Amino acid sequence: MEETVTKTKQSTQDEFDLLEMSMDEIVDKVEELSGENVFDCYQCGMCSAGCPMAEEMDLLPNQVLHALQVKDPEVMSANSMWICASCYTCQVRCPKGVDLAKVMEAMRQIYLRKRMDHVSLDGLSHREIRRLPQIAVVASFRKKTG
Amino acid sequence: MASDKKDRGMIHIHVMGKTYEVPAGLTIMDAMEYAGYRFTRGAGCRSGFCGACSTVYRYEGDYRLQFALACQETAQDGMYLVQLPFTPAPRASYDIEKINPKENVLLQYYPEIARCVSCNTCTKACPQDIQVMDYIQAALRGDIAKTAELSFDCIQCGLCSMRCPADIKHYHMAQMARRIYGRYMSPVPQHLEDRLQEIAQGKFDDELDRLVSMSREELEAAYAARVREEAPAGSEISE
Amino acid sequence: MEKLTYFPGCTLKDTASDFEISGMAVMEALGYVLEELERWNCCGTVFSLTDDDLMHQIAPVRDLLRAQEAGSDDIIALCSMCYATLKRTSLFVNGNQERLDKINSFMNKEVDYEGKVSVHHLLEVIRDRIGWEKIEERVTNPLEGLSVAPFYGCTLLRPEEIAIDDPDAPTVLQDLTTALWATPIDYAYSVECCGAYQVVDHRDVVVERTHRIMSAARRAGADVIVTSCPLCHFNLHDTQKELVRTIPDYEEMPIIYFTQLMALAYGVEAGKIPASLKAKIKRLQAVKGEG
Repeated sequence: MEETVTKTKQSTQDEFDLLEMSMDEIVDKVEELSGENVFDCYQCGMCSAGCPMAEEMDLLPNQVLHALQVKDPEVMSANSMWICASCYTCQVRCPKGVDLAKVMEAMRQIYLRKRMDHVSLDGLSHREIRRLPQIAVVASFRKKTG
Repeated sequence: MASDKKDRGMIHIHVMGKTYEVPAGLTIMDAMEYAGYRFTRGAGCRSGFCGACSTVYRYEGDYRLQFALACQETAQDGMYLVQLPFTPAPRASYDIEKINPKENVLLQYYPEIARCVSCNTCTKACPQDIQVMDYIQAALRGDIAKTAELSFDCIQCGLCSMRCPADIKHYHMAQMARRIYGRYMSPVPQHLEDRLQEIAQGKFDDELDRLVSMSREELEAAYAARVREEAPAGSEISE
Repeated sequence: MEKLTYFPGCTLKDTASDFEISGMAVMEALGYVLEELERWNCCGTVFSLTDDDLMHQIAPVRDLLRAQEAGSDDIIALCSMCYATLKRTSLFVNGNQERLDKINSFMNKEVDYEGKVSVHHLLEVIRDRIGWEKIEERVTNPLEGLSVAPFYGCTLLRPEEIAIDDPDAPTVLQDLTTALWATPIDYAYSVECCGAYQVVDHRDVVVERTHRIMSAARRAGADVIVTSCPLCHFNLHDTQKELVRTIPDYEEMPIIYFTQLMALAYGVEAGKIPASLKAKIKRLQAVKGEG
């Protein structure tokens, strides 16, 4: 069976440069879009413990929040926001009620609103689309295209 | 006539920002030609069928953009106009004979329909009053027949795609749906199939040869004396 | 027959039609008609999570409006993803005049949405309006001996504002299982995320998750997994094929919708049931017959 490689774009340093935003501006934008205060997090790690995608992430959920707190640009090049499944396990378990799902969405939107999509429609083969239910395709495009 | 002239005043239209005085009652296309524009693109049948003359306009004092076909819409006083002679929308390449209409084939060839946010901007842009959003939704659901039915009046003007925030190619996708419907799904008209068979087998060859060899007088006589079907009993058809 | 305003969602009309077929059949058996909403559109599958976004609320609000136009003040969803999105939207706009005004102004070709439509999941109707007693009463083929692992997924339980049960220790699917005379199975992954939309471009991650979920259910003695989400169903069912191909001795676990489980117990139309499950139930009935 011929395997078709799905082209997925990951955040890279080049893309971060294309944003032309300082980390100050980025963190401000993340807080504005999410309505969350990144300093609410005191690094207990409950989110990372429950996150189903934690093993796949370059930076764990709690590390993402920490990076935002110290304005580390690595957070914008990590794959964490793109591998997040918006499952909300983090938010329901956070003792401070930090909506980490919204923080992840805000980071994605910073790229997507500048037309830097993270799933390629052209990269999906007919065979791949054919076997997927609409619910998966619609959700994927909502989260990873702008 | 004097009363005519009183009714038919002159109006002002603005074409790409420049103001012109044109007679009232003309279509946008005629009004622009009256003003001195020559259409080398963006004009075709001039009968509302080819979709070439997509027009975006606005009324003075109104913030909303409106959409029409220049050959069909009457120019109004205070209209701000521009033409859109071409929409650079890519069309999927496919062989209609090789398509399997059973799967979510429309989504396969036009995956961007999954980006539809049901904003209805396409419907508002359609000069043919088509429920465009509804047929995109039908396509997303895999209902090819409904997509074909709802999009029937589409003339491929491209205004929907130009306005869509999700960059969907509504009219290309709908054309594919109609082609699939026609090729695989619509019922076969058996009487037509039978007649085509008869023609192929030469059933009408002699009669056609006879007609072709008739003189004009013979043809006229034959036409006047042609057999006409009786109107069905109780019908309204009368001689 | 009591009428419920039913929102199917795209997938239930297509790849997950078994969910709709069995859902309609069991609700009819219980005295309810699932009346499909007219002219509904895709709800968007996910709720938009940025505070400034109203554009992506339009689609679900339009569906709430359709219910209003149909004279109904309640939408019932079977797909738990549709449930979550519609419910979150209803909480987002109902009672918020500023948002309602903006959205209604944008949807200028529609009548105004008044913000009075609520959203429920079918399991809520079953648990809260019908009640377990009546659910059990209707059983004609008790599923005695069948071990059922509930797979809740995310969208029935998270975030808290839409949870139909306790997010960490829910019981509604277990109670349903018991009412059908089957045995609910306790296992570590019943509220885990299946990977959702990551299946599109990170299929390997979903395969890994499926492996863990299925293995845990199998170890706990499950015969079948029940779910309420077409995406969970697809992810578990479709990626399981990879596991069968790559792992020696991997035993395939059947996955069905909770309405299909009910349909089997009620003897009504259940849609497509995996052959292995049919065989298992047959064996159990035979054993019961002998005993």
